[in-house]
Amino acid sequence: MSGLWRVLSLPMLIFLSLPILALFLRISPADLLENLRQPEVLQAIALSLGTTLISTMIIILAGTPLAYSQARGQFRFSRLVDTLIDLPLVLPPAVAGVALLMAFGRRGILGGVLDDLGIHIAFTPIAVIIVQVFVAAPFYIKSAALGFSNIDQELEQSAALDGASSPQIFRFLTIPLSWSALLVGSVMSWARALGEFGATIIFAGNFPGRTQTMPLAIYIGFELNLDIAITLSVILILLSFLALFVAKYILNRDWMSS
Amino acid sequence: MSSPLSRLKFITILVVILGAACGELSDTNSVKNLRKQELTIYAAASLAEAFTRLGEVFESSHPNVEVVISFAGSQQIAQQLSQGAPGDLFASANAKQMENVISAGRVMSGADQELIQNQLMIILPGDNPGEIAGVRDLIKPGLRLILADKTVPVGLYSQEMLERANQQIGFGEDYKEKVLGNVVSYEENVRAVLTKITLGEADAGIVYVSDAAGAQGEDIRMIPIPEEINVTASYYIAPLRDSSEKDLGLDFIALVLSPEGQDILNGYGFMKLGQNE
Repeated sequence: MSGLWRVLSLPMLIFLSLPILALFLRISPADLLENLRQPEVLQAIALSLGTTLISTMIIILAGTPLAYSQARGQFRFSRLVDTLIDLPLVLPPAVAGVALLMAFGRRGILGGVLDDLGIHIAFTPIAVIIVQVFVAAPFYIKSAALGFSNIDQELEQSAALDGASSPQIFRFLTIPLSWSALLVGSVMSWARALGEFGATIIFAGNFPGRTQTMPLAIYIGFELNLDIAITLSVILILLSFLALFVAKYILNRDWMSS
Repeated sequence: MSSPLSRLKFITILVVILGAACGELSDTNSVKNLRKQELTIYAAASLAEAFTRLGEVFESSHPNVEVVISFAGSQQIAQQLSQGAPGDLFASANAKQMENVISAGRVMSGADQELIQNQLMIILPGDNPGEIAGVRDLIKPGLRLILADKTVPVGLYSQEMLERANQQIGFGEDYKEKVLGNVVSYEENVRAVLTKITLGEADAGIVYVSDAAGAQGEDIRMIPIPEEINVTASYYIAPLRDSSEKDLGLDFIALVLSPEGQDILNGYGFMKLGQNE
């Protein structure tokens, strides 16, 4: 029976892996390394890595309190808040881009005020980071909230009875106990931020070295130089695969031990 | 809990409803196939309003025909066509993308004709935040300028225009360099440039005269580019080699090139063929 299932699962597996394989077959390792030396390729990689690193850090710093209060608090609007957190996951990227323009654009609700203060967001790496935080934060928040809610609350309560302050409890109890969920969430958020395209081209624009991340360079570049687009695609796939694989390894190890 | 019987009933009803729905769909489809022919056109983004209007005119003189138009950057369409996208006509905003489609074998060499012409224009948000009065002001330090990417026809024309300014007395040899230094974004098509200026995201942008004309009523200002440095963009149209509606396609091309068609395009800010000479 299990043999039959395996045979039946082959078509889908082949379908999913064929395009990836085709990309890798299209370019020789020598050409790949050669293209890697092109300044626009390096610029795009550097910008992508830099912005996603910052956006992931912001997501962790600002997302953790939200995740914790979602996991602990049974406040009145927690279901509403939960749905709001999910929303960026299902929004078309174009909607996210337009919405961000309305909020942070030069004539936007907040952007107008910031522009008067001399802070320009549109067409800068800051815009790229804002987009990434918006679309990628839900992955971390969901994972972290799940991790927090799996902790036995009695543990935290007894630590409090023993005189531990709440920052101490969080630092020495909550974080270590939900460590893998936090790490997996961060990795997933980072991978999503790395692949962000649609909202970025609308909200942040396209300028090499400033707002042209790897996905934008692939999209704009593929009409001009297919080889460069393929090189960047291969790197993007390798990075994403590595991230997902690490996340799954951590999750799996965690399940085995618990 | 639902009993197996009621579940069975539910499924039966569902199947009956779905079956009826499918039956109805295929019925209307077959009627449609008898009645309607479809003409599929791929056209440059800058042609959007004008071609939509021309499509309506064509439909009113061909009651059995439905005109379907897909608008995108010419370079994007050229890619899609080269990859085998099916259709009947291609209207490109420059010769280069038409040549790409010809060399991909989708259009017969020599089958393309010049369709209409266009020129460039500077657009600004209505309140003119960059305080721009003319082409020379594009070099103002700190100005935020948006162009189309050089993969897009209008982006190439913009670069060409700046190049021509460099050759002119009064602009200075580093005019192009200084203007490009002010660029904050290279957009993927001409309409993205227009939209971002309409939203006030940047101080100035370069688009086609036809785009600016089409945006009248929006809160934008227009500044003409002097004739001596302006670039004339030639659009081309051609039937696709494997079109299943060849006669209809040729009819549509005839309409576009007729005095009536040229007048319609002219109404959207394009220059009729021969108008420039």
